[in-house]
Amino acid sequence: MAEKKEIIPKKHPMPAQEPVERIRNFNEVALGYDEETAVAEAKRCLQCKKEPCRQGCPVEVDIPAFIKLVAERDFAGAIKKIKEKNALPAVCGRVCPQENQCEKYCTLGKKHEPVGIGRLERFCADWELARGVLPQEVAPPTGFKVAVVGSGPAGLTCAADLAKLGHRVTVFEALHVAGGVLMYGIPEFRLPKRVVQAEVENLKKLGVEIITNAVVGKFATVDELMEEEGFDAVFIGTGAGLPYFMNIPGENSCGVYSANEFLTRTNLMKAYLFPEWDTPIKVGRKVAVIGGGNVAMDAARTALRLGAEESWIVYRRSEKELPARHEEVEHAKEEGIKFAFLTNPVRILADENGWVKGMECLRYELGEPDESGRRRPVPIPGSEFVMDVDTVVVAIGQAPNPLVPRTTRGLELGRKGNIVADPQTGATSKPGVFAGGDVVTGAATVILAMGAGRIAARSIHDYLMKKKA
Amino acid sequence: MFKILEKQVFSPIIKQMVIEAPRVARKCQPGQFVILRIHEEGERIPLTIADFDREKGTITIVFQEVGKTTKQLGTLEAGDYIKDFVGPLGTPSHIENFGTVICVGGGVGIAPVFPIARALKEAGNHVISIIGARTRELLFWENRMREVSTELFVTTDDGSYVRKGFVTDVLKEIIDERGKDNINLVLAIGPQPMMRACCNVTKDYGIKTIVSLNALMVDGTGMCGCCRVTVGGQTRFVCVDGPEFDGHQVDFAELARRSATFRAEEQRALERHTCQCGCGGGK
Ligand SMILES: Cc1cc2nc3c(=O)[nH]c(=O)nc-3n(C[C@H](O)[C@H](O)[C@H](O)COP(=O)(O)OP(=O)(O)OC[C@H]3O[C@@H](n4cnc5c(N)ncnc54)[C@H](O)[C@@H]3O)c2cc1C
Ligand SMILES: Cc1cc2nc3c(=O)[nH]c(=O)nc-3n(C[C@H](O)[C@H](O)[C@H](O)COP(=O)(O)OP(=O)(O)OC[C@H]3O[C@@H](n4cnc5c(N)ncnc54)[C@H](O)[C@@H]3O)c2cc1C
Ligand code: SF4
Ligand code: SF4
Ligand code: FES
Ligand SMILES: [Mg+2]
Repeated sequence: MAEKKEIIPKKHPMPAQEPVERIRNFNEVALGYDEETAVAEAKRCLQCKKEPCRQGCPVEVDIPAFIKLVAERDFAGAIKKIKEKNALPAVCGRVCPQENQCEKYCTLGKKHEPVGIGRLERFCADWELARGVLPQEVAPPTGFKVAVVGSGPAGLTCAADLAKLGHRVTVFEALHVAGGVLMYGIPEFRLPKRVVQAEVENLKKLGVEIITNAVVGKFATVDELMEEEGFDAVFIGTGAGLPYFMNIPGENSCGVYSANEFLTRTNLMKAYLFPEWDTPIKVGRKVAVIGGGNVAMDAARTALRLGAEESWIVYRRSEKELPARHEEVEHAKEEGIKFAFLTNPVRILADENGWVKGMECLRYELGEPDESGRRRPVPIPGSEFVMDVDTVVVAIGQAPNPLVPRTTRGLELGRKGNIVADPQTGATSKPGVFAGGDVVTGAATVILAMGAGRIAARSIHDYLMKKKA
Repeated sequence: MFKILEKQVFSPIIKQMVIEAPRVARKCQPGQFVILRIHEEGERIPLTIADFDREKGTITIVFQEVGKTTKQLGTLEAGDYIKDFVGPLGTPSHIENFGTVICVGGGVGIAPVFPIARALKEAGNHVISIIGARTRELLFWENRMREVSTELFVTTDDGSYVRKGFVTDVLKEIIDERGKDNINLVLAIGPQPMMRACCNVTKDYGIKTIVSLNALMVDGTGMCGCCRVTVGGQTRFVCVDGPEFDGHQVDFAELARRSATFRAEEQRALERHTCQCGCGGGK
């Protein structure tokens, strides 16, 4: 660093909708930096030679370089720099758990607040989206056909990279729109669906064919795609869509939803626009969401917006262990979400018509650390109490959907039904079949899924080129 | 977009459509279903694959208009398009030569029974089919069912056609007449109370009975858990583990309660749809 500069200790605040307003609508909460704020935030960056921030990013976005370009007002250059490593910056800038990744390692963050790397990334991506994304270069056709199963971040990224390398790519998606969790899970108020669809449109511009309403394992198996439909390679990115339930009495009562159902009805099917849109949802006065991750925060905040008077997060560990993104927890608190920590349900109580009328819970305390390094929650005997709730949303995690794993011959599976794939290449035990994202790792993050899609695209390319030789 | 190639009106509330859906037609098996969405703002509803033509790439559906979406579907004509149509979903029926099988189809449940009865007969079974409806007007596919059955019995609740009575009356008579040991399997598809009643009949005789459950669904791929039912004390997902289950193990009371979850909203949607006041309904 040549000159000593004055340090601004805090991130420039993110303009946001006021809590009282936003809990009544589904519009995006965080509004994004304007140019002036973005430039000012970028100028906070110290341009550290060792680039510690970069090591915290799973795909190693060249953070100092892009931030420097923002500071110089070269926004086109900045987005180009980001896209060298990250295919979905408008998404990642919004939903990456930055406090555990890039921003965690930021030098400024040691004494002050780190640089708002995610916010700047989002700014650059939105800047580009507003101007229309420039068409990308596509290599001459190779003559190879690749099937991508699932259109979440893993599949979208893999498809884009393969198309750019000149392969003919077809994406098969089970639902009626592409985007995976980005469309059906993460709510509009956190990730506007137009942002996701813009990425899908870009994919189409690269010549990728997207076939929705196509459940692989049902209309055709992976083997049939290769043997009958002539695909030279297949990438499986079917995610972790199978919801866990708690297996406690009363769980099939009316008014108990999995988070997937609750969020799919709301986001994908737009139940918040019922009856203009046809899919119904029913939210009671008091909602309890079980779990402490992003999914749980999303469900609890969605419940408020659907008209619940009280929306609770019920989590068996303490606030410190909440796995959700920090910003989501903050936003949830601002919106008036209530938290019952060290609490876990044992039974759901129903009225004579089978509707939820309460939830019996146990209080917990933290014991010794478990395998994950977090202190294990231990129930306190005799601490039973009944929470007065009429809607329960179960958000305790998801497993890979077995539809593809079970119908594909010769695919090695892990203990939880996940597909076993080499993290360096995405290769599975079956020649020509690659996999990545949540279906391999279990429920993880957008950026990891994206990174896995990118790695797989690279090795699918190598595999095809070898085949040609 | 999926084209409606043919439409037939069996009664003011029961209609048949042939849909162009080659990907579904290529692999579907008896017992499977599709999920469709008519238009952008539409909901996803499941309908059984009542017949299919692999060469023409078509799927036949038969539906009863019970609410907003089925009524709206009923207004579409040949040449119109359906926005989304996904399948084949669910686990196919288990087909083998069981010996003598009684296939019971109640109301619109006649349609899903048809391809299963056909497959059972082709597998060498003696297929005794019983079809019934509330009244003559709601009965359809009598001839098609006769073609795929060794014997066919027809009944109407109000006696307006052939004989008066419920399908369960006929079921009981046949079992008594032939002897319970001469019936190897019963398959019952129709409204939940009918399936439950059939199971009550066969339970006393100890005859295994398969039912096809019509739980509420959203995605139909095992992702949402909306379709869960309790079978033999365990939670199962109808869309992937079913829709067919051992009827004697099914918690029908829970299924009925869960099916009614959105009754008030469904009523509201329907009223808005049929409303003529210009409020934006009727869409
Ligand atoms: C509510 C919620 C909030 C989240 N919040 C965050 C967050 O803030 N930050 C973050 O980083 N991560 C978050 N995550 C996690 C993140 O979304 C996932 O890790 C990521 O989407 C995984 O990507 P993927 O491509 O592996 O799979 P998915 O996004 O799950 O996509 C898989 C796709 O495959 C399709 N599919 C499945 N089976 C088949 C089949 N047989 N045939 C065809 N298609 C099929 C599915 O319909 C789906 O579209 C959240 C997850 C949820 C559910
Ligand atoms: C596997 C399966 C196969 C089916 N096959 C047929 C068939 O071949 N022919 C036929 O006429 N009907 C069939 N049904 C029932 C059909 O799906 C419902 O009648 C239809 O969804 C009603 O929608 P609606 O908007 O017209 O009525 P609504 O007024 O919305 O609902 C009327 C009743 O239909 C049921 N229902 C509503 N929405 C759904 C949904 N999304 N999923 C499941 N059930 C729902 C509920 O019990 C509800 O109370 C099947 C259902 C299942 C689960
Ligand atoms: S992709 Fe995520 S982790 Fe990487 S720099 Fe962007 S916000 Fe940070
Ligand atoms: S660590 Fe922080 S201050 Fe240093 S270059 Fe990275 S973003 Fe800038
Ligand atoms: S309909 Fe969603 S899991 Fe069965
Ligand atoms: Mg409806």
